[in-house]
Amino acid sequence: MNPLLKSIFSTEFAFAVIRVMTPLLLPALGVAITNLAGSVNIALEGIMLIAAFFGVLVSAFTGSLFLSLLAGIAAGVALAAILGYFHLKLKADIILGAIALNLFAAGFTIFMLFLITGDKGSTSSLKSLVFPSVHIPLIRHIPVLGDIVSGHNVLTYVAVLMVLVFYIIVYKTPLGLRIRAVGQNPDAAASVGIKVDRIKLYALMLSGFFGALGGLYLSMGYVSWFSRDMTAGRGFIAIAASTLGGNLPMGTFLASLLFGVVNAFAIYIASLNVPSELIQMIPYLVTLVALTIFSLRTLRKRPAKKEEKKLHVDEAAL
Amino acid sequence: MEKFILKNFTLIRTIIAIAIGVAVSVLLIYLISATPSGSLKYFFVGPLLSKSRLSNVFEMAAPIMLCGVAIAVAFQAEQFNIGAEGALYISAAVATAFAVSTHMPAILHIPLTILIAACVGAAWGFVPGILKAKLGASELVATLMMNYIAYFLGLYLINYHFRDKSAGYLVSYALPETARLGQFIPGTRMHWGIILAVIIAVLVYFFLYHTTTGYEIRMTGSNRKFARFGGINIIKVVILSQVISGALAGVGGIFEVMGIHGRFNWQTSPGYGWDGVIVAIIGRNHPILIIFASLFLSYLRVGGSVVNLMADVPTEMVSVIQSVIILLITAEAFLSRWKYRITVREAEREEKIHESAS
Repeated sequence: MNPLLKSIFSTEFAFAVIRVMTPLLLPALGVAITNLAGSVNIALEGIMLIAAFFGVLVSAFTGSLFLSLLAGIAAGVALAAILGYFHLKLKADIILGAIALNLFAAGFTIFMLFLITGDKGSTSSLKSLVFPSVHIPLIRHIPVLGDIVSGHNVLTYVAVLMVLVFYIIVYKTPLGLRIRAVGQNPDAAASVGIKVDRIKLYALMLSGFFGALGGLYLSMGYVSWFSRDMTAGRGFIAIAASTLGGNLPMGTFLASLLFGVVNAFAIYIASLNVPSELIQMIPYLVTLVALTIFSLRTLRKRPAKKEEKKLHVDEAAL
Repeated sequence: MEKFILKNFTLIRTIIAIAIGVAVSVLLIYLISATPSGSLKYFFVGPLLSKSRLSNVFEMAAPIMLCGVAIAVAFQAEQFNIGAEGALYISAAVATAFAVSTHMPAILHIPLTILIAACVGAAWGFVPGILKAKLGASELVATLMMNYIAYFLGLYLINYHFRDKSAGYLVSYALPETARLGQFIPGTRMHWGIILAVIIAVLVYFFLYHTTTGYEIRMTGSNRKFARFGGINIIKVVILSQVISGALAGVGGIFEVMGIHGRFNWQTSPGYGWDGVIVAIIGRNHPILIIFASLFLSYLRVGGSVVNLMADVPTEMVSVIQSVIILLITAEAFLSRWKYRITVREAEREEKIHESAS
């Protein structure tokens, strides 16, 4: 068998896919929940970065995994809340505000890094704890499945669990109902007494929570240090994944899995003389095609008369 | 005075936001620097003191300026285009490929290379444009995806087909002399692309504010329903704004390749497209103001690197300042109470005048 195929159909590859997927799935859930509330959050990049940084920092100074978890989450949620404050209270455009906060997170983390360690590249001089890996009893002994599913970082299991949490929040709680109502028709939601801005803020803070977990995984699971710009665009890939997944919990999970497969594949073939760039391009192309198909479908659902159809595009979308 | 404030409120608000940003930087320097006054001098005066640093300000401003104008055209039509980064990257890659594989006199080679960059950028902008106009697909997501596709495609093109293996690092073949923009001040990297960028920004100003199509773009952005009832073809305007935007960004990238590096050397995306968003915000989507905004941004950046080099303040401080400025400028409610008070006072005063007159 071809050595490349051999390595791809190995349990190591499947393991790597799950590992690579984790820091995409968590922010993707974050993007999805704000999308459902009708706002676009492109600040996940900054949220992850700042959570990754504060997690490492607190772990280095306190030696407590629990405190660093709290610090990371608090930092991520705080950044999301700042975005909410500027967007909802001060009427800043959410996209421009998010761009500003991404910039802030990238600059601020390196700035603080330099002040604390005198190093601008990474926190290698600070000893960071990592979240432990978990071997699932019973399953770990199942031949192929055990090798793939068991032995991951605990945050990977948390990420998968979050898909369920996301589902419950969005579809089984009053808050979720309000989030969806606000997203579908804010005026109608307001008319039945829902505080639209408050619900949007909650959705943003939830996205900060999901994103923060993703950031913590990067600096305290994937590796054990913080390095500059370590999110490397994952906050933006998350937008692609949630779009591709139609903002549904399972859809977002599967889309993140696809991105995981492609990225793991690109890492595997990087050593061979195959243009990995073209392979890495695929998920973005797929997302663009999916976006086109989604839009076509929503367009078809609208009145069939041509003139009216045109009017609807103009009004609803432009 | 109060009338003046009301009339130029957005401009004054922008200036206040910038002033707060600058104040934050002074504060940060005092907080962390062991020699604050020296660091302040490096940061604010450093970029102006030597010929090469001043040149750095201008050469950095050129691509940012073009991306800023590119984004402003889309923003004016109320299109959330963050695709300048991708358009810049792919256009520069394709135009570099063209320039290194053809031979012709400079009088043809230079304009053709620029034209190809513009066309590739335009084509790149066309995709999200038509998806938005015809299908209502989010241009934000579409341009974001196009950015990644541009990056990987451009990287593939350069690394696998036009890579100079003798260079020791990943760059394209050097552009022939006939496809380069000359540098006009010895000892600096000031190149003609900088002058061209300013000219293009001014032309875009005339296009937006003094032509029918430009008016249609602005009207579509400020009031779409009104624009449609006025007979403006919104589908055309949306596509056109994205196409122009892509072309402008594409030109910004190739200028830098032709004027400074002489090769395509971006292994990571240079980020000018994002800087373009920043200057479009600071310049309030006005091409002439964007010229100054991009010079201001480059001035801050060069100041940041000078103070980083000469003193103990990390250059990333500039990112923090930028984000403060952007947040304050985009926050429409910022200072709105002040405006409200002035408006009321002005109205009361006018009322009094009327009363005493009658």
